[in-house]
Amino acid sequence: MDLGPHAVYIWASYAVVAVVLAVLIGWLVFDGRRQQRLIDELEARGVRRRSSRGTEAH
Amino acid sequence: MAMQTLTQRFANPTRFMALAARLLPWASALAAALIAVGLYMAFFTAPPDYQQGHTAKIMYVHVPAAWLSMFIYALIAASSFGLLVFRHPLADVSAKAAAPIGAVFTFLCLVTGSLWGKPMWGAFWAWDPRLTSVLILFFLYLGLIALRSSIEDEQLAGNLTAILAVVGIVILPIIRFSVDWNSIHQQPSVSRIGMPAIHPSILWPLLVMAVGMTVLFAALHLKAMRNEILRRRLKTLRMAEVQTASGLAQPAE
Repeated sequence: MDLGPHAVYIWASYAVVAVVLAVLIGWLVFDGRRQQRLIDELEARGVRRRSSRGTEAH
Repeated sequence: MAMQTLTQRFANPTRFMALAARLLPWASALAAALIAVGLYMAFFTAPPDYQQGHTAKIMYVHVPAAWLSMFIYALIAASSFGLLVFRHPLADVSAKAAAPIGAVFTFLCLVTGSLWGKPMWGAFWAWDPRLTSVLILFFLYLGLIALRSSIEDEQLAGNLTAILAVVGIVILPIIRFSVDWNSIHQQPSVSRIGMPAIHPSILWPLLVMAVGMTVLFAALHLKAMRNEILRRRLKTLRMAEVQTASGLAQPAE
C-alpha cells in the first residue's frame, strides 16, 4: 500500500495507538486477575468481609 | 414498593459487578468489530484528502482520541459531582477508574497530532492555543492520578480529587474555543453548526472509528471499575484479617 511521502508518520501514528492501547488492555486484564487471585487467597484462609459473615450466620 | 431510579438500582457494587461482567464481552466484541470496519474503510474505501493526501488518514485515530480525551474528562467531572453532591457509592469508583484511561487517550491525541503536524506544519510541536490547552488537560489527568495516590485515606482522596476534577472542567470550553484564538489548528469540521465540512466518503470512516473507540472506552471503563471494586474488597478483607489477628493476639483477661 503506497501512502505517499509521509507514510512513516501515518504508520507511526497507528503503531503508537495500537501499542499503547494493547498495553492498557493488558494492564487492566492483569490487574483484574491479580486482585481476584489475592481475594481468593485470603478467602481460602478463612478471611471474610463482615457482610459475608453476616450472611453466612443466618 | 418504592420506585428506584436507574442509578439507585445499580448503586450496589455487587449488582454492578454482575451487570458489568455480562456487558463486558459484548462491549469488547462490538468495539473490535467497529474498529475493524473503521480501519478497513479508512485504508481501503476513503479517498486521500485533496490537500493533505494520505496523511489525512491520521485523522481516523487522532480525532477519536481527541474526542475521548474531552468526553472522559467530562465523565470524571460528572462522576465527581455525583460523589460530592449525592454521595453515590459508584461515583468515586467511576472517576478513579476513568482517569488513567483518559490520560492514555489524551497522550494518544497529543502524539498522533504531533505526527500529523510534522508533515503538515513542518514541526512536531508549537505553543499553539489548541495544542497547549490539550497538554494542560493531560497534566490535569496526571494531577488527578497523583493527588489521589498521594493520600492514604480513601475517602479524603476521593473528595479532594473530585473537587479538583470539578474545578478543572473549565479546561473543556478553553480547548473547544482555542481554535478561534489565532491557532494554527484547523476549525471543527464535524461538530459545527449546520452540516459537517467533510465529504461523506471521509466522514463515515471517521464516525465509525469514533463510535468504535467510544465503545472500546466503555469496555475499558467497565473493566477498570470492576478492578477498583475488587481492590476495595481486597482492602476490606486485609483489614478484617488484621482485626482478627490482633483480636487473637490480645491477652485474655
